[in-house]
Amino acid sequence: MTKKKMFFSSRQIFIPIAALILLALFNLAVDPSFFKITLGHNSAGDPVLTGYLMTILDYGSEVAILAIGMTLVTAACGGQDISVGAAVAIAGSVILRVLVGIGGDGTLQAPILVGFLAACVVSMLFGAFNGVLVAIFKIQPMVATLILYTAGRSIAAWINNNELPIVTDKTFTYFGGFIPGIPIPTPFFLAVVCILITLLVLRFTTLGLYTQAVGINSSSSRLNGLNPEFIKFLSFVILGLCVAVVGLIKTSRLSTINYSVIAKDIEMDAILAVALGGNVLSGGKFNIMASIVGAYVIQFLTTTLYKFNVSSDALPAYKAVVVILLVVLSAPAVKDKLMSVIKKQKGVG
Amino acid sequence: MPQSWQMAEAPDKAAKAAGLGLRTGDGCRQEKSGGKKMKKRTLALMMTAVMTAASLAGCGGGSSASATTAAPAAPAASEAEKEEAKEEAATEAAAPAAAADGELIKVGIINNDPNESGYRTANDADLKAMFTEENGYDASFAYSLKNDEQITAAQKFIQDEVDYLLLSAADTSGWDSVLQDAQDAGIGVILFDRTIDASEDLYLASIVSDMDKEGETAVNWLAGQGLDEYKVIHIQGVMGSAAQQGRTGALDAKVAEDSAWTLVTQQTAEWNSEKAQQIVQSVIDSGTDFNVIYAENDDMAKGAVAALDKANISHGVGKDVIVMGFDCNKWALQELLDQNWNYDGQCNPFQASYIDDVIKKVQKGEAITEKTIIMDEKGFDATTITADDVEKYGI
Repeated sequence: MTKKKMFFSSRQIFIPIAALILLALFNLAVDPSFFKITLGHNSAGDPVLTGYLMTILDYGSEVAILAIGMTLVTAACGGQDISVGAAVAIAGSVILRVLVGIGGDGTLQAPILVGFLAACVVSMLFGAFNGVLVAIFKIQPMVATLILYTAGRSIAAWINNNELPIVTDKTFTYFGGFIPGIPIPTPFFLAVVCILITLLVLRFTTLGLYTQAVGINSSSSRLNGLNPEFIKFLSFVILGLCVAVVGLIKTSRLSTINYSVIAKDIEMDAILAVALGGNVLSGGKFNIMASIVGAYVIQFLTTTLYKFNVSSDALPAYKAVVVILLVVLSAPAVKDKLMSVIKKQKGVG
Repeated sequence: MPQSWQMAEAPDKAAKAAGLGLRTGDGCRQEKSGGKKMKKRTLALMMTAVMTAASLAGCGGGSSASATTAAPAAPAASEAEKEEAKEEAATEAAAPAAAADGELIKVGIINNDPNESGYRTANDADLKAMFTEENGYDASFAYSLKNDEQITAAQKFIQDEVDYLLLSAADTSGWDSVLQDAQDAGIGVILFDRTIDASEDLYLASIVSDMDKEGETAVNWLAGQGLDEYKVIHIQGVMGSAAQQGRTGALDAKVAEDSAWTLVTQQTAEWNSEKAQQIVQSVIDSGTDFNVIYAENDDMAKGAVAALDKANISHGVGKDVIVMGFDCNKWALQELLDQNWNYDGQCNPFQASYIDDVIKKVQKGEAITEKTIIMDEKGFDATTITADDVEKYGI
């Protein structure tokens, strides 16, 4: 039984990894310098690694963190949260409000940790709001989260009275940049921490099993003594936590915020990551690691396209083509067909 | 008959409520608010809840209407109603310049989302400060970054029989028929901030920044820097906007005619600092040499600079890379003063007083001599900027 389960999950993670290898081979063939990483210094004199791969690790981590929560929401509710971009704006706005305040001069009014914790609380509350709509009122997740998607950025602007606070403190830039002395971008570490915590939680609690059970059949899981509403609700709250981390990274990158464009369309990338990870978008079985690899695949693709000077407004179209290919290939129907073809080949051989 | 929905001059929270409400669907905005003009504070604060209700009820609830139309700042509800009645009479009498003396002039203002940028925030604040009941106006605001939504809002304002329609168009095209409708309804149209591709007869006046000139000023300044070679990273705004076209046009022309000028990359970051950062990051990763960043607004310049800092590429006065931005945000001018950036082109957001002038003139029956009113705009050089400039021109 466990062996069979292992097999399934390893097969699932194979899809995004194959995509990653394909993209890597493509870049290797066209221009090997893509993989060049150089150790340099940033303007503060700290050592930093630069290169396309580092850029991928850096920017891919944002989507990877969101993919964790999005996978859980997808698995439990069989739908997606499209409000994460707006929620990131709210989280970022809360952080800046706490750290700088309205009309502040940019110096820190509170420790960064306090700002971050405040953002966590607010993001989890908004997650809970979505969760209640979905779990209690049984609204389609996409429709329920459409509310926050529409209103979120205006709420974010309202939190700071429509001002654009700027943090002048250097330590605040560490979260979206580099910690002095460590040449690897901090967002990657934050992603690793989030992933580790998630894996530990899934390993030592029944969250994973319950989520799967609720996602596969909500009413039969209730008959088995689970509380499907709570599991669904919880998945949104966890996503809220992921959102707060991304909000911190995003605001830290530029030490400020722009409500209408911060984390724009990031929800689509997060959902794509889940899809690329081979997770069933209608809920049920899931593999968080596969989603995370999927997130880095998306950034790999974006960075590749930027490298080839593809006009950035044409970027989504290219992304779509690749995504269609990957998703079609990973669709169960196609996968089974492929497997049977491979088996036949083997049988003949 | 004039609708009784009017959000009038509505500062901060209430206005935001209006902005939110518009997005829930236009159907909501038509409903009458009646006398529900008290408790605006509470209403605005309860916005989230109301949003929910509005969306859940598929836009049908009366509660959403009262929120979207949330209340003028002045308390006198009955007075407003009286005025409406008077206004109705006046509208029937004199079609184009409706309100008689002492009446509130009803204006519908269509603007871009104030969250878009610091420029827009300043612009919106300026308009809100000008078109108040104290100044004799009854203003309604609609915000959108999308042309089609703006056109829908314009149609609503025409139905609501505003006296003047003030418009900052998201896109230059597609406005002919709706402006024709406005003209037929005797509504004076005043364009601000952005021009459109439509016949001049369709509007009273256009108060704009000359984006072409902004671009030329910037490019001339850059040419005056006397570099041997100009290897420019060109980060564009949303394609098709007047600001993008004007600022891109001048640079494109220069690159075409001067062989010493090359574009390392030309990409749109859609006014978005994060995208700009990624674009510049990509150029740095590729190892391509460059010495100028020409970003079409301050936010994108900031994103570009963040990428430069990461790669330890020096920028600013006398450094490796020249950084140019537009819009003159206060923080951007501060960067100039600190010598981190080299140039910032002004894009004057304070059009309200110009608009007020035009309306006053029309109300008095004077002729508008100049259709296109171009505002004064400067370009700031980091070597000559002063702290006073930062205070005075920063937005």
